[in-house]
Amino acid sequence: MVTSITSFGRSGLYDWMMQRVTAVVLMAYTIFMIGYLLFNPSLDYAQWSGLFSGTAMRIFTLLAILSMAAHAWIGLWSVSTDYIKITSLRFVFQSVCGLLAFIYVVWGIQILWGA
Amino acid sequence: MLVSVYRYNPEKDNAPYMQDIHIDIPGGKDIMVLDLLQLLKEKDTTLTFRRSCREGVCGSDGMNMNGKNGLACITPLSQVVEKDKLVLRPLPGLPVIRDLVIDMSQFYRQYEKVKPFLINDTPAPAIERLQSPEDRAELDGLYECILCACCSTACPSFWWNPDKFIGPSGLLQAYRFLADTRDTARDQRLSELDDPFSVFRCHGIMNCVNVCPKGLNPTKAIGKIRNMLLQRAT
Repeated sequence: MVTSITSFGRSGLYDWMMQRVTAVVLMAYTIFMIGYLLFNPSLDYAQWSGLFSGTAMRIFTLLAILSMAAHAWIGLWSVSTDYIKITSLRFVFQSVCGLLAFIYVVWGIQILWGA
Repeated sequence: MLVSVYRYNPEKDNAPYMQDIHIDIPGGKDIMVLDLLQLLKEKDTTLTFRRSCREGVCGSDGMNMNGKNGLACITPLSQVVEKDKLVLRPLPGLPVIRDLVIDMSQFYRQYEKVKPFLINDTPAPAIERLQSPEDRAELDGLYECILCACCSTACPSFWWNPDKFIGPSGLLQAYRFLADTRDTARDQRLSELDDPFSVFRCHGIMNCVNVCPKGLNPTKAIGKIRNMLLQRAT
């Protein structure tokens, strides 16, 4: 068994399942967004703001943001362990990815509940 | 025809190089790549490659022929030669010992990890441990692997992490014992595979299936290991 302390869930199976579950959430969100934009060609600020004031939409969006953070972390962790062979450099890369994911989640929450 | 062969003798050469050799095939016959290598060796006796059974059973002469891994002894020239040219290289991703001979230690180390033998802690019966024909059929497409390393050395995940990712060949063997009804160590075997590298570094690009000279399907076996892990954990 290969140990790893930097992977998302410490278990290959858990990471693999999370990658698939988050992919489904992101696909659902993307399809919804494309559909919404297609069916509302003359979209204005009031309507856009109204869409995101509903609790359901806020939950759905927060779910999509969290899914994106987890999905990106698992994916980029995998890429970094493939291609970055110098441990210190890999750790810095992973730290930057983790920090960015955290920033985007907090920023996303602020946007969702701030307006 | 023109044959371009990878040459490297660490005792003499500073770096590997490609040697171009023009050769006429006697009678213009469609011979196997291994026969061609034998002809080349008659011209230049320093050319080094592994070979043994010359009929696709021993798995010694795995090499990269015009960019695709395969066994030289069962690959006819007509199948690989393009524009009258053939490029022969050692299997990619493992250290070269000399010319077309590679050091397969890392490959065997991964094979060793999956404990490729039957584990059964129940008392041995007076006769063999019997299986029903249906249970035995589960092992078809798994036991035929000859460990030629064509699949694992065609796998980018194995190139990047040959010390952590078991690789298609080792995982096919892992499933061969996981699927065996006579084996009692299934849970222990699965526990040893449940990490982010051993199994899950496979992204299902199926290079292994594309090159396997025995027509086996490691990607399918890896999928079945994943399902076993999933069923055990949910």
